[in-house]
Amino acid sequence: MASPARASGDRIPAFEARGLEKVYRMGEVDVPALRGVDLELYDGELVVILGPSGSGKSTLLNILGGLDVPTAGRVRYREHDLVGASARALTRYRREHVGFVFQLYNLVPSLTARENVALACEIAPDPMPADEALRRVGLGERLDHFPSQLSGGEQQRVAIARAVAKRPDVLLCDEPTGALDAATGRVVLEVLEQVNRELGTTVVVITHNAAIAALADRVVHVSDGRIARIDRNARRAPAAEIAW
Amino acid sequence: MSALDHKAWHDLGRMRGQAVAVGALIASAMAVWVTTVLTERAMLRTRDAYYARQRFADAFASVRRAPEPVGARLAAIAGVAEVETRVIWPGRLDLPDGRRARAMFVSLPDRAPPRLNVLAVRAGRLPLPGERGVAVLTEGFAVANRLGPGDALGAVVNGRRTRLRVIGVALSPEYVYAVGPGMLFPDDRSFGVVWAPRTDLAEAAGLDGAFDAVALRLGPGAAEADVLAAVDRVLEPWGGAGAHGRRDQTSHRYLSDELTQLRALALVMPAIFLGIAAFLLSVIVSRLVAQQRPQVGMLKALGYSDLALAVHYAKLVGAVVAAGAAAGAVGGALLGRGLARMYAEFYRFPFLVYADAPAVVASGAALCALAALVGVAGAVARAARLPPAEAMRPEPPAAFRATGLDRLLARPGVPPAWRMVLRNLSRRPVRAALSALGIASGIAVIVLAGAMQDELRHLLGVYFRDARREDAIVVFSEASGADALTELRALPGVRAVEPFRGVPATLRSGPRRHRTELAGLEPGARLWRLVDARGREVPVPPAGVVLSSQLARMLGVGPGDTVLAEVHEGRRPVLALPVAALVDDFVGVSATVSRARLDAALGDGPRASGALLALAPGAGPEVEARLAERPRVAAVTLGEELRRSMEAVIGRFMGGVVAVLAGFALVLAGGVVYNAARVAHAERQRELATLQVLGFTPGEAWRILAGELAVLVLLAIPAGCALGLGLATLSSRLVSSDLFRLPVVISPGTWARAVGVVCAASGLLVLLARRWVGDVDLVEVLKARE
Repeated sequence: MASPARASGDRIPAFEARGLEKVYRMGEVDVPALRGVDLELYDGELVVILGPSGSGKSTLLNILGGLDVPTAGRVRYREHDLVGASARALTRYRREHVGFVFQLYNLVPSLTARENVALACEIAPDPMPADEALRRVGLGERLDHFPSQLSGGEQQRVAIARAVAKRPDVLLCDEPTGALDAATGRVVLEVLEQVNRELGTTVVVITHNAAIAALADRVVHVSDGRIARIDRNARRAPAAEIAW
Repeated sequence: MSALDHKAWHDLGRMRGQAVAVGALIASAMAVWVTTVLTERAMLRTRDAYYARQRFADAFASVRRAPEPVGARLAAIAGVAEVETRVIWPGRLDLPDGRRARAMFVSLPDRAPPRLNVLAVRAGRLPLPGERGVAVLTEGFAVANRLGPGDALGAVVNGRRTRLRVIGVALSPEYVYAVGPGMLFPDDRSFGVVWAPRTDLAEAAGLDGAFDAVALRLGPGAAEADVLAAVDRVLEPWGGAGAHGRRDQTSHRYLSDELTQLRALALVMPAIFLGIAAFLLSVIVSRLVAQQRPQVGMLKALGYSDLALAVHYAKLVGAVVAAGAAAGAVGGALLGRGLARMYAEFYRFPFLVYADAPAVVASGAALCALAALVGVAGAVARAARLPPAEAMRPEPPAAFRATGLDRLLARPGVPPAWRMVLRNLSRRPVRAALSALGIASGIAVIVLAGAMQDELRHLLGVYFRDARREDAIVVFSEASGADALTELRALPGVRAVEPFRGVPATLRSGPRRHRTELAGLEPGARLWRLVDARGREVPVPPAGVVLSSQLARMLGVGPGDTVLAEVHEGRRPVLALPVAALVDDFVGVSATVSRARLDAALGDGPRASGALLALAPGAGPEVEARLAERPRVAAVTLGEELRRSMEAVIGRFMGGVVAVLAGFALVLAGGVVYNAARVAHAERQRELATLQVLGFTPGEAWRILAGELAVLVLLAIPAGCALGLGLATLSSRLVSSDLFRLPVVISPGTWARAVGVVCAASGLLVLLARRWVGDVDLVEVLKARE
């Protein structure tokens, strides 16, 4: 497991966040979600961001993915500044560089698995054929099924295939196994691991499930809007070994 | 306010756009209902009160010349309570400004005011006993020609010229709808009713000591048919032309026809609006209940009963319906007052009996409530029945499965966006169909409004371009011989003269009979032709008769059958006429034979009641002035003038109606499209957000929403056109009577306007939806459980 990211000490990070702050205004009250986060992510890494719910990890992920903007601080992906960018530029950034996977799979119910993936292929500059993306996640036999005809784990794998089909540089996953039982969740994690390994895609998984941390190159512990510490795993555990 | 009521209030606030749209539809339905029903009631009551106050006669008869004592014999008929003999004679007026107008002169008793058809004096007074050389004018005519008490007029009656001093202006229940002979609509400028002392009129008409018309009041419980038959028997020897009841009185019939139309409008329009409102409420509430499943479960878990929840949602709907109905009731009452006033002015009722009937508002509200109930009962019941544990789980993903449509969509090259649009629509075909139907109704109502104008324009077009092509029509005081025509031909500027003859007659077929004028035209005439509603010429047969299709229906005859025509003139022959052809004409009912056939039957040599003239350009006024000098000319009307005045009347009366209909149509189409957009957006929010997360721009995501609405509008266009044609056909059926039949005519402009207006309104709303798509918080939407 000598991925290039392992010895990243002097490499230029793909993502670089400095002093990130995010305050949500809920009616009359200001709720701080991030209170000064500094973070670098490197190409080809598999990073797990671990923290209890409300710790700010989803906010961090959304800012990295260009779905949200920080209240203060800087964040950059390669040459893209994600703070001052227009909505149009952020859309372009998501289209060309980012794949998202959510806890709720957010598939389009009126499209088949293949068509859901084709949605992404349509707008990406250099997409993977939809069939291939689905085969990679083990759904080569269920191409023409509608979401309502698939199990939760299968739906999540379609969502991953859809994200991966764009050949994104980074795959951002928000509690991808949160709605799944352990066995099904493991299959999903295997797919993520395989995407990271075979395509070299940077994968960021946020979870409150500590067991998943074993999968990562690095584990970022978040609590109360701050990064508590960052651990480096000496060995990445294969998904098959993970249990919860 | 209970906690649940607070929730209802907040829910209402969140969906205020849709609530306003549905409220507007309910308000429109209510307003149309209240307006039309109140106006119809007001007109009926005003008419009845007017008839009663002015002692409008129950039966009428005309006769060629009956000695005055015959009146006493009529009074002796069982069932007759009162008789008033009269002289009614057509004539002409020379107005102070040099213009001419046609007039119907009606006698007033010499010694006392009339006991039947009492005049409502609006200015000046009625003649004093024994007063002579004076006249009372109908108000419409007086106003249109700026005449009043003190003005002097020249009058020509039966070729005799006199001077009349106007002493009063009045209204009569007998001439509420004052349509001159040969006219399609009332025109106060060119035709008026003039009341004059009996002695004056009898002298002019050569009816000293005699009468040519009679009005009767029947006693309570009298059998009208028996009385009419008895009257006919008494008048027969004197040239009786058939008695008729109030039902066949021209003015009364026009009025009744209008009120029937109003009643039809009062039923059809609210039905359309309420139907659409019910559908929209059903969609909105179903959607709300689906969205609030977890809340419903939570409330039930807390211990709220099924009934409490049903009441909760019913209140929500009730608030929208109540607000709409209240606004509609107020608007309707105001509009109703305005419309009733417009009608009352059009008919020149001397007063208006208008009442804001709470019962009408209540029945309207009940109809609105019923429509709402039909619309939402299912959704509310579903919410109430949901078991709490199931309710708290998110709704399962929308079930899609492969259908026949998918084979079509499976072709490569069909973009996923199109698949989404078509699958979404095909998954809820009923809702899609009803949405399209709602938009279609908007198109249809605009088509209907346009068709009303197109039809009248077509009618005038056919009438003046194809049927009546004369530059002037001359009516003689009595049937005249060839010398009269020679005189006409000799006038400078006259290029062609075509005589016609008309005699009063009763057409009979078995027990069915109808009194009308039997017209004698020249076969091959160019100026006055028989033309059907489509503008095709029907030739005048040498021997048989051509009947209006409507008259043929009334008599129950068809081509090849024979009708009997009892002519009430001259030696009173009875003609057996084979029906040669039917003509689908649209004004009045006509029976036409060749003039030679009529002359032969009457045995008085070639005679003409009048003639149509073709004139040299610009010769009209000159010819009219010269003809005015001739004693035997009763009236001259220039074709151009007639056409202009009719167009003006139609334009005035139709303009308002069309504008109001178009306004309602916009509310209809706008409400439906807005709601379809809102619901589609709400249901697709998550998909649209997903697409944007994938990297679709808000514009690209919006296109899916826009595509769905565009398909609905596209489906609505043919449906709306078909529906519009249906409505126009229905409305033309409803207004059809023996007085008036409108062919269904819809111009390309009307189609284009209807489709264009609805597409433009839809387009604007779809553009508005572009903002909703852009304004969404992607993270919120994607993390929220549906």
